[in-house]
Amino acid sequence: MSEPVKKPARKKVEVDPRYANYKHVWVFIEAERGVVHPVSWELLGEGRKLADALGVELSGVVMGSPTARTREICNEAFHYGADLCYLAQDDVLRDYRNEPYARALTELVNTYQPEIMLLGATTLGRDLAGSVATTLATGLVADCTELVIETESRNLASTRPTFGGSLLCTIMTQRHRPQMATVRPRVMALPDPDKTRTGRIVEHKLTIIEDSIITKVLEFIPDADQNKPQLAFADIIVSGGRGFKKQENFQLVWDLANVLGAEVGASRPIVQAGWVELDRQVGQSGKTVRPKLYIAAGISGAIQHRVGMDGSDVIIAINNDPNAPIFEFAHYGIVGNAMQILPAMTDAFRAQIAQARRAG
Amino acid sequence: MHSVVCIKQVPDSAQIRVHPVTNTIMRQGVPAIINPYDLFALEEALRLKDKFGGTVTVITMGPPMAEVSLRKCLSFGADEAILVSDRAFAGADTLATSCALASAIGKIRKNMQVDLIFTGKQTIDGDTAQVGPGIAKRLDYQLLTYVSAIRSIDHEKREIVVERRAEGGVQVLKTTLPCLITMLEGTNEMRYGDMDDMFRAARHPLKQWDRIAAGIEDPNVVGLKGSPTVVGKVFAPKPRTERAQIVETVDNDPKNLVATLLAKVFTQHPKLEQEIARLSK
Repeated sequence: MSEPVKKPARKKVEVDPRYANYKHVWVFIEAERGVVHPVSWELLGEGRKLADALGVELSGVVMGSPTARTREICNEAFHYGADLCYLAQDDVLRDYRNEPYARALTELVNTYQPEIMLLGATTLGRDLAGSVATTLATGLVADCTELVIETESRNLASTRPTFGGSLLCTIMTQRHRPQMATVRPRVMALPDPDKTRTGRIVEHKLTIIEDSIITKVLEFIPDADQNKPQLAFADIIVSGGRGFKKQENFQLVWDLANVLGAEVGASRPIVQAGWVELDRQVGQSGKTVRPKLYIAAGISGAIQHRVGMDGSDVIIAINNDPNAPIFEFAHYGIVGNAMQILPAMTDAFRAQIAQARRAG
Repeated sequence: MHSVVCIKQVPDSAQIRVHPVTNTIMRQGVPAIINPYDLFALEEALRLKDKFGGTVTVITMGPPMAEVSLRKCLSFGADEAILVSDRAFAGADTLATSCALASAIGKIRKNMQVDLIFTGKQTIDGDTAQVGPGIAKRLDYQLLTYVSAIRSIDHEKREIVVERRAEGGVQVLKTTLPCLITMLEGTNEMRYGDMDDMFRAARHPLKQWDRIAAGIEDPNVVGLKGSPTVVGKVFAPKPRTERAQIVETVDNDPKNLVATLLAKVFTQHPKLEQEIARLSK
């Protein structure tokens, strides 16, 4: 684990000459059963900025079984900002498995030599990134919340939470290439696709044979419970925290969410107390969300919570402590008791929605 | 059946505080605990031992005080404990950490075959989930991450079938031993150690390996020197350029406060009003 106790490097560190020809920015496009994880498009949006800052090309890396759908994914990647796609189609890549995917991606990196490679911090992305970075013996920074190019050195500066989400740190891979980073879903904004954009496809033939792959997929059991909370993609979230004191008071959060057609979120202490299920936790150790409206009631706004909801379009905070950190990054605030303010807000929204319905 | 369980001693992050004035970490008095995710790994290894017999070895890379966590693991029922500790390991990132641990496990293997390596899915202080995959790659073990259940083990064929948490469902995977499993949280519950193990844990001779004993000849592949990533500044997040617009009314009555707030929000974000009307249908 990276212990951020090191002193910042004093002298300028140059890239190892072995990597002198490593150029361009790559985004691994995560696709399973023909469906692309939205985090890949979010990363293309971010990768576009990095590539433009460096004056290089942005590439998507698409892997899968040899089907028309796999090829089509390349075209979608162009819509989201890629200039070209590296395409590896092979039956060994039909389902995600660590070994063939890690071997294929490592081979692509060694052949086409990117300077930056981004992956989603999903179960698949973390599994893959950790293996590939080890084989390549390069730096990998997990769960980045900000990626920028340091102008002077042209290095990627990756910012991530540290110390359990109480502080941030900036990490760089100075001597090795590619500089690898993972980013959690919804941390970066989804770019608007441009359906007129096109690009080049570079097809790469793999030489991996199925018999050499030890792990086999026996079956895939899709999640039966489709009613699980979908916080990551919710447009409105009402979140509650310790300010509600008792579990029965937390019903006030549900009442407002029901009126708004919103999802219910919660801070870590609430989940730990078992008032709501784990899937509703917003923050560093829970979900990252970017709704259009985020209402934080009785939440102090510790960094651990903040990193999970900072990207929301509009944040309304209710807290009885005028010095609570939440007011430093919310857009609107009411200083008051959440247990009194929230019912008033529920009534106000109910009346407003009823009026909107009558009007139209 | 020999399982090696990798653990890490971490500060109890729930109790870390940031100094309000200097913005530095206040480490004093923060208790050290076994990374909670690692307990699921240890319990799973102990269950396999209950079922098939064999040995459970716990290993950690860390400062000498990590001995406390290793003894705790012995009290739960682990048979052996190894502390891999050397000043040369300080400042290691995930690549250098997996190098030291893989080398030490390689050394264990010289005396006794290692069928399974277990880790937690990630730690609560680093949250990277990178060390497990790194160890597997270095030892050329099959990698099974986010495992929610071990379905079966066939000792004759040396095959294992597991359920793995994937995006949108569960993958059922079959592979051969040896392999490395990162265990998902909530999959089991750590047992209480029995009296015998608790007494044994207090007296049991712990193995302590320095860099050389762990089989690492080149000091440049571990610790700060063996870490490709360099940590620059550590900082507290900046507030937004403007603080929240705090809504106040003369009477501070909840109803009036809310009305004033919503009027303000919808004037500045007219689209949001339409959006809410649409979503609430």
